This record gives sequence, structure tokens and C-alpha cells, in this order.
Amino acid sequence: MLLKLENLSKSFGGLKAVANLNIEIGQSELVGLIGPNGAGKTTVFNLLTGVYEASEGKMIFAGKDVGGLRPYQVTHRGIARTFQNIRLFGDLSVIDNVKIAFHQHDKYSALSAVLRLPSFFRGEEEMESKALALLEVFHLRGRAAEVAKNLPYGEQRRLEIARAMATEPRLLLLDEPAAGMNPQETRALMELIRWLRDNFQLTILLIEHDMSLVMGVCERIYVLDYGMIIASGTPEQIRIDPKVIEAYLGEEAI
Amino acid sequence: MKVLNRKNLAILLAVLVAYGGIQAAIAARLVPPFYSVNLMLICVYVILATSLNLINGVTGQFSIGHAGFMAIGAYLSAIVSVKLHGPLGAAILAGAIVSAGVGFLVGLPTLRLKGDYLAITTLGVGQIVQVVFFNTNYVGGAAGFTVPRTVNWTWAFWLTVISIVIIHNFTNSTHGRACISVRENEIAAEAMGINSTKYKVMAFSLGSFFGGIAGGLYANYMYLIQPTTFSFLTSFNILVMVVLGGLGSMTGSIVGAVVMTVLSAYLSNFPEWRMVVTALLLIVMMLFRPSGLLGTKEFNLGFLGKKGESRAA
Repeated sequence: MLLKLENLSKSFGGLKAVANLNIEIGQSELVGLIGPNGAGKTTVFNLLTGVYEASEGKMIFAGKDVGGLRPYQVTHRGIARTFQNIRLFGDLSVIDNVKIAFHQHDKYSALSAVLRLPSFFRGEEEMESKALALLEVFHLRGRAAEVAKNLPYGEQRRLEIARAMATEPRLLLLDEPAAGMNPQETRALMELIRWLRDNFQLTILLIEHDMSLVMGVCERIYVLDYGMIIASGTPEQIRIDPKVIEAYLGEEAI
Repeated sequence: MKVLNRKNLAILLAVLVAYGGIQAAIAARLVPPFYSVNLMLICVYVILATSLNLINGVTGQFSIGHAGFMAIGAYLSAIVSVKLHGPLGAAILAGAIVSAGVGFLVGLPTLRLKGDYLAITTLGVGQIVQVVFFNTNYVGGAAGFTVPRTVNWTWAFWLTVISIVIIHNFTNSTHGRACISVRENEIAAEAMGINSTKYKVMAFSLGSFFGGIAGGLYANYMYLIQPTTFSFLTSFNILVMVVLGGLGSMTGSIVGAVVMTVLSAYLSNFPEWRMVVTALLLIVMMLFRPSGLLGTKEFNLGFLGKKGESRAA
């Protein structure tokens, strides 16, 4: 098991946003987390990445407890994420966005940067070539010098994934990666997600409302409603689960 | 060599010409006192503005107590040079180190605050520093502290150049990018593995260090330092320079510092108009160019180098 959530709960005052969550995700699995708006999906991501502290329960990642860590420490452990409302470094260039995510693996100190020692130039060169290679993979290399906020929406979403990949994660959390994409872009995104998983032995947990994407790429799905898991299983099982149809999918989806 | 590309050589040449020209003019007694005082003040304010820009512009932490750190540098260096009879270099360095230390201690708890709260806290710190020196008889209290003039053009000029180079090199590195990412989006920066507290405190301490250097230069040139010199108005003045030049732009801060110093020098005969002109300048600025003279951009000599070279430098 790469990730194991045990009885994870989060309350905001009297409101239980997430209650007694139990999720297990194995290495290289591609898992979906779906549910109606306000079900607590993003709260789960925020708990996992240390933005919120859990009220109760345990989070075990790669055999170690990651509860109570600050967000940057969680990232250092190998969990990266994208955001539902895109949070790029808007005024910076595309390549600088990626370089910032490489920072935790930096090879030179602030002192050698100030003195412009050889290690600075080596480190910067390595970062530049790694960043360009990554942008190449995401078809963004031609945009490297562009200011991030000027990219079209779909490319901003892709840049967010590229940036998350630059932290060299073992688990990637995607929060509505297809939001605002047209059907073609969504299909390309599905290809990309599969490719990422196969190429990097990456484990992916994604939140998504676009059922074609969820049913198309996820091997297992957890369904969340009012902070609780109401169903889990393969896409085929989820599609016909009466509780899921009632709470989320609706009659038409059958 | 990457450091010795055409662009950097051109800058080095310009710096040497600026230094040599003015030094020769001073040696030939062509520079009247009014100009030499203002040349010195330009150096002091360039250091203050670029270091405050590192905190406010690059890292996005709104500090309005920079004169407090200038005061620490000024008084500490004065103590070392007058009371302990230390050499000038050691005096300025001691002032800067103590200033950075205070910056670190203050920054650790206060940089958890954001926006207005941080501004109010830094304002308070500046006031506390001023009040402490007011009430310390060892350094002359309100009457002031007399310090012999040991700083000359060479000291002021090269310390300014070194400060600019260090701040520039820090900003244009992965550590500087980490600071910028905190300004751009703190939540995303943390999610990308950036320890935001560490970089805020680092920028704040480094900014305080250079604030201390500027204070040391000032104290050892002006014959007399008084707590009132380092009031809120001075902090505000430095902030105006940074905002005028464009938050986040180092060259902008330099331009802002030069413009404001020259302006207040020429308006010193009309003190009642000085504030009016400053305020009008700011209002016009905010109406027509709210991001400052240079925005977050840098004025650079990239066109002198080969294409693409300016990025790597």
C-alpha cells in the first residue's frame, strides 16, 4: 500500500466535512474520487497535503505517518498536487514556474549563488535543461519564455501538472484537471494521465466531474457524499451502484 | 567564462568610469560640499531601497520599518568606531550583522502575519528601535551621537556596488525564485516544496543586513546621528522610492532612490513644498503607472550580449 487513510475526519466547527474516511491506494494505481459539489473531495486533498490538519485519523504514506506535516514537507515526502482553481505563479515565465518546483532538489547554496561559484552555473544549467525536457513532454516547450497567466486555459492546466511533476512525486493528486477543457483537450489529457502513470510508475488520485474521463482512465473509484464514502469499486460497479446513481450520477448516466 | 560576458564587462566598465570620474572630480576639489553630501546620500538610499525591495518587492512581505534597521546599523557601527576604536570596515560589518540578527528575531514570529498586520508590526518594531536609542545615554540619547567622518566616496561607492551585486545575485538564483514564488502564490509555493517561512525570514534578514550597512555608511559620514533621523518618515521615504521604481524591480529601486534623493536635495530650500511634491508625484504615479516606473521588469543591457545570454547572466 502506498497510501492508507484510516478513519480520517475533519470538522469545521460543527460541520463534519470529512468523516471516517478509509482509503487505500496501491503503487501505480489510478484512482478517482468523485461526488457531488461540497461532498468534501477537495478537503481530502487539503488534508493529504497538509493545508488542513485532520481532526481525527491517520494518513500513512509509503509506510510513514504524514499527519501534521507542513505542506512543503508533504511535497518533500513525494506527494504533489494541482489546484481546482489554477494557482500558477502568474507573472512568471512558464519555465520559471517549473524551475521553482525543482528547487527542493537544488544543488547549490544561497552563498554560492551570491558569489556566482561554479556550482551555481552547473546547478542552473541542470535545472534549465531538466525544466525544458519536462516542458517538452507536456508540449509546452515553445511557450517556455511566455508569462504563465497569458497561456490559454488548457495549457495552464497542463503547466500545473508539469509543475507538480517537477517535484518528482510518487503520488500525484489532480483536482479537476479537465475543468474548462473541451472534449478534444479532455481526450488528450486522458492520454497524458495514462502515459504519466505508465512512464513514471506514478500513483494518481484524481477528482473530476467529467464522467468520460473518470470512467475512461480510473481503475478504481471512490464516491464521496456528505463527507462519507458511499461506494467504491471499478468503474463498471460504480456505474450501476444504486446509491451512487441516487446521490450523484442521476438516472441518465445508466 | 560565463561571468565575463560582454554584458557584464560593459556594466563593469560603466561602474569603473562612474567611480573614477567622480573620484577624480573630488580629488581635484571640483565637487562642492552640497554635491558630495548628496552623492553620499544617494549611495545610502540606493542600498536602503534595493534591500527593502528584496523584502517588499521580491518576497512580497509588506515592511514599513526599514529605518529601524538602518538605525541599528548606524548606532552599532558608531559604537564600534567611536567607543571601541575599531576600524571602519569592522564597524559597518558589525552594525550590519546585528541588524540582520534583529531582523531574524523579529521576522521569525511576525512573518507569519500577512498584509496589514505585518505592516503594523514592522512599523512598531521601527518605533521601538527609535525609542530604545532615544533613552540610551551611552549613545547620547535624544541629543545624538557624535561620530568622526571616516567614510569617503570610495567606501560609499563600492559598498553600494557590492550590496547591489549581492542582492541581484541572490534574487536571480533558485533561492530568489523561491522568494518570488512566495510573493506570487504562497499556497502554491508550499505545494511545490518551498518552505515559505524560511524564505520570508531569509529575505527579511538579508534586507535588514543591507539596511544596517546603509546605516553604518550614514553614521560614519554625517558627523552626528540622532534617533529622530530614523523615524517613521524615513521608513516611508524608502518605501516611496521602492514603489516609485516599481515593486520587485531592483533597477527600479535604484532609479527611485536617485530620483527621490535628488528631488529632496533641490527642494531642501523649500521644505514646506517637499512633502507636497512627493505626494503629488506619488498620486500621479498611482494614477498613470500604478506598478511603478519599471513595474517588475528590470532595465538591462541584454542587447549588448548575444541573444539569450541575458537570461543566463
